[in-house]
Amino acid sequence: MLKILKYSFYDLMRSRWSYVYFLFYLALGFVLLFLNNDLSKAVITLMNVIIVLVPLIGTIFGVMYFYNSKEFTELLLAQPLRRSTIFLGQYFGVAGSLTLSLFLGLGVPFVLYGLFKSDAIFNFTLLLVTGAFLTFIFTALAFNIALSNENRIKGFGYAVLLWLFLAVIYDGLFLLSLIVFEEYPLDKFSLAATMCNPIDLSRTLILLKLDISALLGYTGAVFKKFFGTDFGLLISLVVLLFWTILPIWRLAIKSKRKDF
Amino acid sequence: MNQILSHSKLLVFLILIGGSQFLMGRTITICSTCKVSSIKQGIAMAVEYDTLLIKKGTYKEYNIVIDKPLTLLGEDYPVIDGEEKGEIITIVSDNVTVDGLFIINVGTSYTTDYAAVRVVKSENFLIQHLVLEKLFFGIYLEKSNKGKVYHNKIIGDAVDEYNSGNGIQLWYSHHVQVDRNIVQGTRDGIYLEFSDNVTINNNRSSDNIRYGLHFMFSNDDIYTNNTFENNGAGVAVMFSKNIRMQNNTFRKNWGTASFGMLLKEINDAEIIGNTFEENTIGINIEGSNRINYKGNDFINNGWAVKVRGACYTNTFKNNNFLYNSFDISYNSKVNDNVFEQNYWSSYTGYDLDKNGIGDVPYRPVKLFSYIVNRTPETIVLLRSLFMDIIDFSEKVSPVFTPDNLMDSNPLMRKVK
Repeated sequence: MLKILKYSFYDLMRSRWSYVYFLFYLALGFVLLFLNNDLSKAVITLMNVIIVLVPLIGTIFGVMYFYNSKEFTELLLAQPLRRSTIFLGQYFGVAGSLTLSLFLGLGVPFVLYGLFKSDAIFNFTLLLVTGAFLTFIFTALAFNIALSNENRIKGFGYAVLLWLFLAVIYDGLFLLSLIVFEEYPLDKFSLAATMCNPIDLSRTLILLKLDISALLGYTGAVFKKFFGTDFGLLISLVVLLFWTILPIWRLAIKSKRKDF
Repeated sequence: MNQILSHSKLLVFLILIGGSQFLMGRTITICSTCKVSSIKQGIAMAVEYDTLLIKKGTYKEYNIVIDKPLTLLGEDYPVIDGEEKGEIITIVSDNVTVDGLFIINVGTSYTTDYAAVRVVKSENFLIQHLVLEKLFFGIYLEKSNKGKVYHNKIIGDAVDEYNSGNGIQLWYSHHVQVDRNIVQGTRDGIYLEFSDNVTINNNRSSDNIRYGLHFMFSNDDIYTNNTFENNGAGVAVMFSKNIRMQNNTFRKNWGTASFGMLLKEINDAEIIGNTFEENTIGINIEGSNRINYKGNDFINNGWAVKVRGACYTNTFKNNNFLYNSFDISYNSKVNDNVFEQNYWSSYTGYDLDKNGIGDVPYRPVKLFSYIVNRTPETIVLLRSLFMDIIDFSEKVSPVFTPDNLMDSNPLMRKVK
């Protein structure tokens, strides 16, 4: 697996898209910090970008890579290798290189602007960790979709739809249900609904760490009590981990049974 | 003629000297080794307009009643320790000055409001340069007019509201000046009830459990250049008329039920040049009419202004709204408040004729803030992409928010 991971990783590291992705984050980080020297404010703005863009790029890139390297995959399948090794190797190669681009792209400008001397370091680390989680989750979901759909157009469509659902439509449904059931106590429900969507979970996690919790009023108090503690942070990270492992596990199972 | 004039001059001169000598009085020195070793003894010995010079040391006394015009002057901050037995100094006479004392351990009671210094039905008092610690109530003015509370430092250690007192309390006291005091860790930093024509300037009220400043039924008051920081709930101004609030700073009142300033039933007030920074709610307005908001800065608040209802004919002009999560929250469809020529950091319009005023109006009420007013739980969707999208669509064509609530002449540059 490591060999395939290495191969995929180096292949991607040499590809144009990784550089574009890396340069995009680099530019974003520098521009943000240039316009506004305050590290902790830049973290808030970055959060808005990360929770939308990272899943989108993870999804598209995952699907694209899977379809593009299909011939190579079929070549590998002819070799005496375990199937899960091949697919997981490719998956970790893609997700790893995307994460590396994210870390380097954002890390370099922040470090240059004195991250280690500021108290925003914890928030920034949390931001990067959730960014990494989102990359891994959405790449895995994309691989699943691509593996299940031979038709490229269909695969792409489903992948984009998945992103659209989790990033936008889910929140719309969430909002609707909150308004429809406004007569009932809703804090437990909203807590559960937040947990069920990795994008919402990341957003809430970062928002509460950035102390916007006071805005949230009573509901915020419930959320703060949950997410604000180390226990809540741990639970959230476990849920994110769960969100990562579940698609990877399905990828491994599905790849074994698939007829090429 | 000339002679008469010089005689009258001499007469005036003599009267002045005699008068001043009479006013100066004697000085009685109090110290632990002196003939007079306690303050109570000193007061008993003194006659009107005497000065009691209290030397450095610790005086374990309480219930000190000043019943004649005296000056209590502390040298190098002598300590008056009440040993938590009750009230420490009570002033019941006009023209009393208390200066330079360090008063600690006021008794706590659930039935009586013990204070470090209480002024009862007296005029022309001057309370200055005191340091109060471990107190219940700090300086308590009761039906006392025309006095001055100047440059005192009040440091409480209050934990709960029910068993703590206020730093400086005015009750039915008019024409009082409260200037350059530092109040922290009490229940209400400065509390006014039924007190008119009071000026509160250059004070610093921070870390109090409830309000930094609390107004009740007090009219025609002015407070300027004060700083209110990190108080439990902020500053509350309630049921008062004609109040002027100018150049104050309200900072870091951050919590689920906190605000920079709460206005309730306030009419005809002027709020000019204040700074509201990092509060959960900058100003919370309820039932307040004809208020003039001018040249205020709202920076990094959760809500800059939250209008709760029954607020009419208020004017917001030349204010800066910078980076607040919500600029204005509004829960009714009727609006006759005027927003004119403010600077909004989230304004995205353009200025083609370069006259410094945006060509498209700005709508400060977002759809999201309308939804949050209706169903508070929806705030968990703060900063999600979906919300940005519906906010954008509402901005393009307003359906839910009052369509005349807008700034038709938003400024392109910050008001200096």
